[in-house]
Amino acid sequence: MHTVPIQPVFESWRDRARELLASGVPPEEVLWSDEPQAPGLFATLEEVAPRGAVPKVSPVFLDLARSVAAHRDGRRWSVLYRVLWRLTRGGERHLLAVATDGDVRQLQQWAKAVGRDIHKMHAFVRFRLVAQDEATGREQFVAWFEPEHRIVLLAAGFFERRFAGMDWSILTPDDCAHWDGVTLHFTPGVPRRAAPDEDALDDLWRTYYRSIFNPARLKVSAMQSEMPKKYWKNLPEAPLIADLIAGSGGRVEKMLRTEASAPRPAPKNRYLDSLRDRTAS
Amino acid sequence: MRITVAPDMELQQKLEILADAAKYDASCASSGAARKDSRGGKGVGSTGGAGICHSYAPDGRCISLLKVLLTNACLYDCHYCINRRSSNVQRARFTPDELVRLTLDFYKRNFIEGLFLSSGIIQSADYTMELVIEVARKLREDHHFRGYIHLKMIPEASPALIEKAGRYADRVSINIELPTQQGLSKLAPEKNLARTQEAMGHLRERIDERFADQRRPGALKPPPFATGQSTQMLVGADDSTDAVILRRADVLYGDYRLRRVYYSGFSPIPQPSSLLPLRPPPLVREHRLYQADWLLRFYGFKVEEIASDAAPNLDLQLDPKLVWALRNRACFPADVNRASREILLRVPGLGVRNVDRILSARRFTRLRLADLVRLRVPMKKVLPFLITADHTPTRFGLDDDALRARFLPPPRQAELDFHSPPAATVGDLVSVRSGEL
Repeated sequence: MHTVPIQPVFESWRDRARELLASGVPPEEVLWSDEPQAPGLFATLEEVAPRGAVPKVSPVFLDLARSVAAHRDGRRWSVLYRVLWRLTRGGERHLLAVATDGDVRQLQQWAKAVGRDIHKMHAFVRFRLVAQDEATGREQFVAWFEPEHRIVLLAAGFFERRFAGMDWSILTPDDCAHWDGVTLHFTPGVPRRAAPDEDALDDLWRTYYRSIFNPARLKVSAMQSEMPKKYWKNLPEAPLIADLIAGSGGRVEKMLRTEASAPRPAPKNRYLDSLRDRTAS
Repeated sequence: MRITVAPDMELQQKLEILADAAKYDASCASSGAARKDSRGGKGVGSTGGAGICHSYAPDGRCISLLKVLLTNACLYDCHYCINRRSSNVQRARFTPDELVRLTLDFYKRNFIEGLFLSSGIIQSADYTMELVIEVARKLREDHHFRGYIHLKMIPEASPALIEKAGRYADRVSINIELPTQQGLSKLAPEKNLARTQEAMGHLRERIDERFADQRRPGALKPPPFATGQSTQMLVGADDSTDAVILRRADVLYGDYRLRRVYYSGFSPIPQPSSLLPLRPPPLVREHRLYQADWLLRFYGFKVEEIASDAAPNLDLQLDPKLVWALRNRACFPADVNRASREILLRVPGLGVRNVDRILSARRFTRLRLADLVRLRVPMKKVLPFLITADHTPTRFGLDDDALRARFLPPPRQAELDFHSPPAATVGDLVSVRSGEL
């Protein structure tokens, strides 16, 4: 049995997996550990010297592996290696086309969870204006976010493309991303208190949120399945939700009790006359 | 006619009134735009790929765009609309600069994907359209904004203005509102179905041009224009059946190549009109129409298979695909390892993605029940209709008169808890207002 210590990132796993594959070490003989201080219980630590060529693998698998690597499930490295082995040494070249296979299905579900987390980060990051650079006039924004998986590196490109014209930092407990108009760079995670709590625009945003809600169509579970409560603590609009739900019944009742108004004759108006002429012709 | 708009109203109050006025438009989509971003530019913004919902309201609706009216003052008298001229709702009007500022400020905080701008009609269609265009122009040209812009078009506006608006927008839309001219004549006397469809036809030409083949040698770069148009139909405000609504949607998809038809169950408004029905339609009717719409667009169904003169309204208890399967049992069971894509798409419980997974996997393996479980197929639903390597439904199952009953939702227990009586439903409240039992 080989215990293979790696950093919990895709590149680290890929480098070691390549060596193991070249040396023909089958998946059941590998114990992956992304906590270097804690080697496996019965493991022997030994260097595996690569022997032979590394078999080729499709870019589809590498994309899948890059996503799966960001998941927090501890089993991901071994399932990734098992699928890699089956694709190359195991003679199952078409394995990724078999979505009903247990391993493939597992990888796809992990990748899907990571993809969803990235999507939610793109949706729920809230930038707060902190300063304006006196020399360049560029506005500077900071956001705090708590992703479920380690997705900051995968998710950051979107913010660069979208917010190229402003300086920003996204702070999270794992990794932080920063953009200064020229380069995107990453630093280690920070605690919550490093980010600002409020923005002057929060009140206007809450006004919008309150006003766009239609109390006659209450569907709380539909809201929560797309915006789970775990995200609420960093959303400025979330504190309104309870009151909006509680007040909706009374608002609908009031609408329904309002006396309906009868149609009134059209006012004298040149434009309305011209419309009637167009319809008639 | 004069509608008074207070000139010195606070921005916050304007936002409250003009967002409230816009919330009956169901669309908030921000997908399907051309790929563009702010790198190398002076502003912010990007589009392309799937849209993002930046929040959800407790009505379950996605909040993706800043969806507001420029003004809710309106010359038209559409009776389902809170902003009709005979309503007593408070009126407000944004200046173009206020809207531009608000859009950019919200955008930079990542609250929104962009702006969805519509307006009540003031002075004339052209005058109003020019105001709407001015907001989009300022965003694009003065502020280099590359985020999403959806503009509501006024079919009565001149073609030149509609064209100009389309150059700044990612998505344009004209609401058809009701599927027939009779409905419009009664509830929206200023609107005209033929005029609306004519304007949709113009938009379609511009959109088609944009996507015209550019690979031909000497082909010109297409003029910038929105990548798609959509519309909205109200459900339950007039007496149109689902068949009438779906036939209209089919024409709009076919002849005008709409990206989306939104169905919006008419919901009570604070300033009701006496021409409207007292009882709003159940929300599930709107849901069934969306399911039917999906069957038309992605599953190869024809309108007549889903709603016909013989059965003009969708079953509220069962989804339309299941209803079709129960009516056409001779087409089943289908063999998951052999049936064509077209047939598999008609199996209740199999969606497009799972059908494609099945087609891919069965080239290498014979599919069994456990494989379907791993794909999270709803087993109870598919079992009577599907053959797998280890399962053949009994003919008896398909012939069984009680098969429909198997799929019905369980009957609800009567509430007998006097200490916490159930909350009043909309139906109860309607009966309060109408005196109807």
